[in-house]
Amino acid sequence: MSSKLTETEAPPATIRKAGRHVSQNEGLIFEKSAPGKRGMELPPLDVPAVDPATALGPDFVRDEIAGFPEVSEIEVIRHFTRLSTWNYAIDLGMYPLGSCTMKYNPRVNEHVARLEDLASAHPFQPADVAQGCLRIIHDLRECLLTITGMDAATLQPAAGAQGELTGLMMIRAYLATKGNPRKKVLIPDSAHGTNPASVIIAGYEVQNIKSTSRGQIDTDHLRELATDDVAALMVTNPSTLGVFEERIAEIADILHERGALLYMDGANMNALAGIARPGDFGVDVMHLNLHKTFSTPHGGGGPGAGPVLVKKILEPFLPIPLVVKKEDGRYVLDSSRPQSIGRVRAYCGNFGVLLRALAYTLAYGSGIRQAAEDAVLNAIYIRKHLEDYFDLPYDLPSMHEVVFSDARQKRNGVSTMDIAKRLIDYGFHPYTTAFPLIVPGAMMIEPTESESKEECDLFIDAMRSIAQEAETNPEVVKTAPHTTRVGRLDEVAAARKPILRWKG
Amino acid sequence: MRYLPKSPSERKEMLAAVGVDSAEELFQRVPQKFRLREPLALPRPLSEPEIIEYFKARAAENAPGYTSFLGAGVYQHHRSVVTDSIVQRGEFLTSYTPYQAEISQGTLAAIFEFQTLMCQLTGQEVANASMYDGSTALAEAVLMAERITNRKKVLVARTVHPEYRQVLATYAKNLGLEIEEVGYTASGQIDVKQLEKEKLASAAAVVVQSPNFFGVLENIDEIAESAHSEGALVVTTIAEAVSLGILRPPSAADIVAMEGQALGISPSYGGPFVGVIAAREKYVRQMPGRLAGQTTDAAGRRGYVLTLATREQHIRRERATSNICTNEALFALVATVHLCLLGKEGLREMAMQNVAKAQFAIAELEKIPGVRRAFAGPVFNEFVLEFPRSVKLMNAQLMREKIIGPLAIGLHYPELTKRGLLCVTETMPRPEIERLAAAVRRVLENPV
Repeated sequence: MSSKLTETEAPPATIRKAGRHVSQNEGLIFEKSAPGKRGMELPPLDVPAVDPATALGPDFVRDEIAGFPEVSEIEVIRHFTRLSTWNYAIDLGMYPLGSCTMKYNPRVNEHVARLEDLASAHPFQPADVAQGCLRIIHDLRECLLTITGMDAATLQPAAGAQGELTGLMMIRAYLATKGNPRKKVLIPDSAHGTNPASVIIAGYEVQNIKSTSRGQIDTDHLRELATDDVAALMVTNPSTLGVFEERIAEIADILHERGALLYMDGANMNALAGIARPGDFGVDVMHLNLHKTFSTPHGGGGPGAGPVLVKKILEPFLPIPLVVKKEDGRYVLDSSRPQSIGRVRAYCGNFGVLLRALAYTLAYGSGIRQAAEDAVLNAIYIRKHLEDYFDLPYDLPSMHEVVFSDARQKRNGVSTMDIAKRLIDYGFHPYTTAFPLIVPGAMMIEPTESESKEECDLFIDAMRSIAQEAETNPEVVKTAPHTTRVGRLDEVAAARKPILRWKG
Repeated sequence: MRYLPKSPSERKEMLAAVGVDSAEELFQRVPQKFRLREPLALPRPLSEPEIIEYFKARAAENAPGYTSFLGAGVYQHHRSVVTDSIVQRGEFLTSYTPYQAEISQGTLAAIFEFQTLMCQLTGQEVANASMYDGSTALAEAVLMAERITNRKKVLVARTVHPEYRQVLATYAKNLGLEIEEVGYTASGQIDVKQLEKEKLASAAAVVVQSPNFFGVLENIDEIAESAHSEGALVVTTIAEAVSLGILRPPSAADIVAMEGQALGISPSYGGPFVGVIAAREKYVRQMPGRLAGQTTDAAGRRGYVLTLATREQHIRRERATSNICTNEALFALVATVHLCLLGKEGLREMAMQNVAKAQFAIAELEKIPGVRRAFAGPVFNEFVLEFPRSVKLMNAQLMREKIIGPLAIGLHYPELTKRGLLCVTETMPRPEIERLAAAVRRVLENPV
């Protein structure tokens, strides 16, 4: 954390991807503010000015906003440019966060999202003058149906978690028409946290289902649990261990025999696009994360989009409105769908994200399989070169990601978090730590197809070097990172006495 | 393929290194019968110029050259080109949720600034790092009110955006939450007489929007006084955030659910936007979504982390306050940069221009025989007019003059046929307002 790295704190020069680089200090924008400065001017008013108190009534008019920033344009540019240099990003290098699919975000996607008449389109524009937007939604939907092998879809949900909720609400509506919405949804212990949280909002109870010793869904346990009370099983396939559920068709059969449905969390679809289709292996409803598989930028936490794709039986329950193509080739929004679960978000969802995902899909087209192949190849390549150095708690073949544990390094007091933080010194973003929950000390690595052999090799070298440090100099790993602007931050203090805004 | 950084020989080398002959062997765990034998039936791969061409063709099928008077939750405002150049920096655009604080200080500091700006705007004490949009923020705010009060009923003004109410209904349906709608008066405001004591005493919250869907301002203080006296909360939703540049913020509300689109974000056919939940500090542990907080490292340096995560799904799973994970961070950044550029004076000036333009447009349109304001309450930049004939028929004729006219609100309010909602922001030049007035006059003078 000192400005001078000792010899041991600095990663070996021969394998270092990153070097030291001066970054600018910068306070908060509020601390730069001075009365009378501004960074944007408006054209002069071309209608008579009005007195606010007269036009609105004195009770409705506010005083000036205390503490609101007053800064010039150059100060805004410098401020946010300086802040930006404090971030790691895909554009800087490999971002191996397991489950997050941090792939390259193509720049043409950004370009087309900003085209005039797409960016300025208003959601209530009459269909006659919104044909372009409606066709984009339609064309993306058709591509996603082809990729997943499903029958119908909504692109309205704003993120994966909202997609889950939408899918579950549709299951509930479907079962209700059969006479009983049922009570429980089964969730494997390896699932994303959004799964159980979505189940609750859909009005169901969560029942956890054990994984086998090899990390697969325990079909015997499933048979026991799949009672008449069970509405669905939510399965992530490939699982969060990066392993394909080999018995997926059997799992679907068990559920279907009991009148329950199979929900697939499509977070890991990057391993399957062009390889296999969930619609073929028994999935009734699934969501996709367009900000993962379909390359739309994460932007520091969002936006995303979580389209939900379903089999025919669930189509009547899709949210309103749906884009429909008429016989004359025109597109319209259809809201007269009596069995629909309703609306899950205003307007047509995150249209700008849908548009970017379509640009990505058009770029690959029928060649999309190559992305999945490269993503899986990278993960397996990394696994192969690290399995002698890190504990592999589940040994089934990996697909797009590999999950190690810190069991070996733990003996020297070095945890997955320590290794993750040390990766920063080597010029990489950490992998996902402590997830999935069924792996104590999990180290979840997802390289994606966007990494070259060279970048994978650098990552492997970094991980091997850290494994060695954990033996020879564990302290340097436990106190990492040593090269960042700030060291490990006091999260306990942050939560105990939260400071959530600047107060001057 | 231009996005893939491997040469054919590197692929071969890597396949050999993992001990397989072909990529097909990498997928052995996928049962044979499910493995695709043919490429998917998608179009051939497109080059970058072809992709641009496809989207330009789609743009041309929208409304090039039209002047639009639509608002209703999505607004056109002036934006500086600076905002876009900043958010397109790869360090912001292509970074993940800032869980690894040491290499995410840029995003975290910007979120902290966003939270501060949202508190300043809304008059609330804490604000989160964003929600999907205004409609889902409102649904989440109502669930939050339910958790705080343990009451199962909400009183929702009919003057709340119809699509927001639809989203709320979808969320409420499976949770045993009862929604009772509250009517409006001739002023276009919530009918406070319908907020009877007995109703309030069993309500988790009164939900009210200001400016409301009719563009009319609501008196939050008055509503809060009666709600609070019976233990009900007030949830205020705001769809037009620029209004807060001049309007007194809903400080008396307990929770504010806001759409931030008006703060520098393109309409983009409805999203992505940025939702906000702001509230009183005492309710912070019931809030959904991420929060950035200030702290220090071991050397005492100031830094920011995501905090109070025990509310969230990745820690608390089925006991989380919400299922939200991905939010709208990049658009929170857009709003932050935009507000910093506008600044204290600029935001107030922009808001005042909206008020002036709307007043001018009302005066121009009310000169037309048979056209008058439908509601008497004060407005910001939107207003409902009553026309002597169907808004839909009138709009069809306005379209011939490349004018997208008022939004017919009869679809959502059957009692309000022949009423149209118009929006005029600071971006609307005076000659266009005059052109609209002349066109409406011409249309109405012609027999149907």
